[in-house]
Amino acid sequence: MTPQSQPAGSGHELSFGHELPPLDSAEASKGTIRILQLYPRDMNIYGDWGNALVLAQRLRWHGYTPELLEYNVGDDFPSDVDLIVGGGGQDSGQLVIQDDLLARESTLRELAEDGTPMLVICGLYQLFGKFFKTRTGAVIPGIGILDVETHGTEERLIGNVSVSSPEFGTILGYENHSGQTTLGPGVAPLGATAKGTGNNSTSGQEGARYRNVVASYLHGSLLPKNPALADFLVRTAVERKYGSFTSGAPDDSYAALAREHAARRPR
Amino acid sequence: MLYFSVPLGKLVRRVSRLRGGGSALPGLVVEKIDPGFMQRTLSTLPLGVAVVSGTNGKTTTTKMVVELLESQGLKVFTNRTGSNFTRGVAAALLGEVDWRGRLQADVAVLELDEAHAVHFVNRVPPRYSLLLNVLRDQLDRFGEIDKTAQLLEHIASKTTGTVVLNREDPRVARIADSLDGPEVLYFGLDDSLLSTFPNDDEMRAAPGSPVPPAPARPHADVVLRRVGPDDADFEYDGETVTTAMLLRGVYNIFNAAAALTLARAIPARAAADNAGLLAALSRVAPAFGRGESLVVDGLPLELVLVKNPSGFRLGLKSFPAAGYATMIAINDNYADGRDMSWLWDVEFDTLREGGVDQLTGSRAYDMALRLQYDDVAIGAVNTEIAPALAGFISGARDKPKRIFCTYTAMLAIRRELSKITTVEVVS
Repeated sequence: MTPQSQPAGSGHELSFGHELPPLDSAEASKGTIRILQLYPRDMNIYGDWGNALVLAQRLRWHGYTPELLEYNVGDDFPSDVDLIVGGGGQDSGQLVIQDDLLARESTLRELAEDGTPMLVICGLYQLFGKFFKTRTGAVIPGIGILDVETHGTEERLIGNVSVSSPEFGTILGYENHSGQTTLGPGVAPLGATAKGTGNNSTSGQEGARYRNVVASYLHGSLLPKNPALADFLVRTAVERKYGSFTSGAPDDSYAALAREHAARRPR
Repeated sequence: MLYFSVPLGKLVRRVSRLRGGGSALPGLVVEKIDPGFMQRTLSTLPLGVAVVSGTNGKTTTTKMVVELLESQGLKVFTNRTGSNFTRGVAAALLGEVDWRGRLQADVAVLELDEAHAVHFVNRVPPRYSLLLNVLRDQLDRFGEIDKTAQLLEHIASKTTGTVVLNREDPRVARIADSLDGPEVLYFGLDDSLLSTFPNDDEMRAAPGSPVPPAPARPHADVVLRRVGPDDADFEYDGETVTTAMLLRGVYNIFNAAAALTLARAIPARAAADNAGLLAALSRVAPAFGRGESLVVDGLPLELVLVKNPSGFRLGLKSFPAAGYATMIAINDNYADGRDMSWLWDVEFDTLREGGVDQLTGSRAYDMALRLQYDDVAIGAVNTEIAPALAGFISGARDKPKRIFCTYTAMLAIRRELSKITTVEVVS
């Protein structure tokens, strides 16, 4: 089986244009990590493939074998998932997945409570919360894994963002949302915004943390320019599965330069 | 007031051109002192106004429509490159009207940015509109794709005569359902070409896999049947015709079907001259930066404008890398789109074999990072465009060259290139 191939008959064959680059040579793998992309068909509007690609490639660079799975509306939920990544969508995409997501609540909650590392961006960040109340007053229920609530506003928060995170250092990205999210006592913020707005226009905080779930409004894509965050997800997934993680030596010199230049760009 | 506005506007235009810039300033001045100027002037045109809008291909398509109509003997007013905002239209009008404010033209064909087109059509309802596509472009500007589709729907609803729609873009084709006034015409693709036009919803469909055609697609006035290396087949009036094409890139040629549909809908003085239309189509050269080819050191240097994931994917597909030296220039100014996420929705595997020689632009290192994750080898990186371009040219003297660039990077590259080769002057 090639690393990016699927177990036969799993019902989750990769059927999309994005593919991992081929491996140069067969290398001894320290283990296999199964990455599940949540709703890539309907929630992929801001380069969310970038996050999945970075997780898969960094696993390789650390000496592990990534296996990319996807879960779309109506699919069987795959077993033995080690890492979950989900993205943002337009309002229409969120409507399409809403019922399916609610039906998967207990599965996803169990995985989150159990410590499965997850990254949810923008639209799925909101739907991992308790609810999204639109400007017109309609309440879209979320799955409530995160103790957060979101209110639609007239104001669109757009621009470059810099976040100071106690766990991951400076996080750089780009926000574009009109929902404003308020954190409850059950979650911690991902960090404090040094540039940009983040969760809402008053708190000065961005994102949410709960167990090994990282939630954020940031695109960019988020993980390429924030390898510390990417490696937290990778390391956590490997440690949970194999007990310990031995890192490889990814070349992060372009990431460092991209961070340096991105940090200098105006809001 | 009326009597002064045109001479004053023309004067401001002259002065600002002498000072070497500010194409919109005279438009701003005349709009301020005479808000009815644009509407009044355009309403005198016997065949009215045609608006061209959509995410990709507006400039090349508008150029094609203009040249097709001119081949039919019509005098056409248009807004040349770049000034596709209302104020730019007013400024362009000032350049064309006489000192008494009269415009000598049969019809106006105007390229308008989606958001600005809405303001424009509220003031000047067009007789014709041509709506090309709705793709992910600068979501940081318009918010969401569905919102952009609503902007196009508004343009269509204000159209008094004929609306021309892309049958193969579901968000555009669907606009027909909301219309009850204007006539609707479609341009379309042969089934065999559908899979070469991934829309954003199908971005994740397997490469080359057939895209299921929507059930019962309506009849299209013009259908692109086949694209060859330097020719193409179009079907209309029940016949398939083959014509030579200077335009390159399958998406440019699909837009030729769009231009043909609109040009055929606008009545010429005499009966439509089909041979003349096709001859004009075969002579249309790409608009600046849209696959245009310059000559440097006796070898071609092509500029390919990329501004959204689908455009970049189509660019990579339409212009194969083999044999070419490649440079990519990514800026993140407002006109380029400021969110770099879009680069991650493009796959660069077609560049893996030859690598990329040079990266530049304010986000050159974002591009480098993107290529690193697709295992594409990178030559040099320099965020400054002038030295990067010089290095690219001197490093690949014996090869044809291609530069993929965002909008403002393209303007900077053209400025640099004009110092060493002939570059079309864009006013």
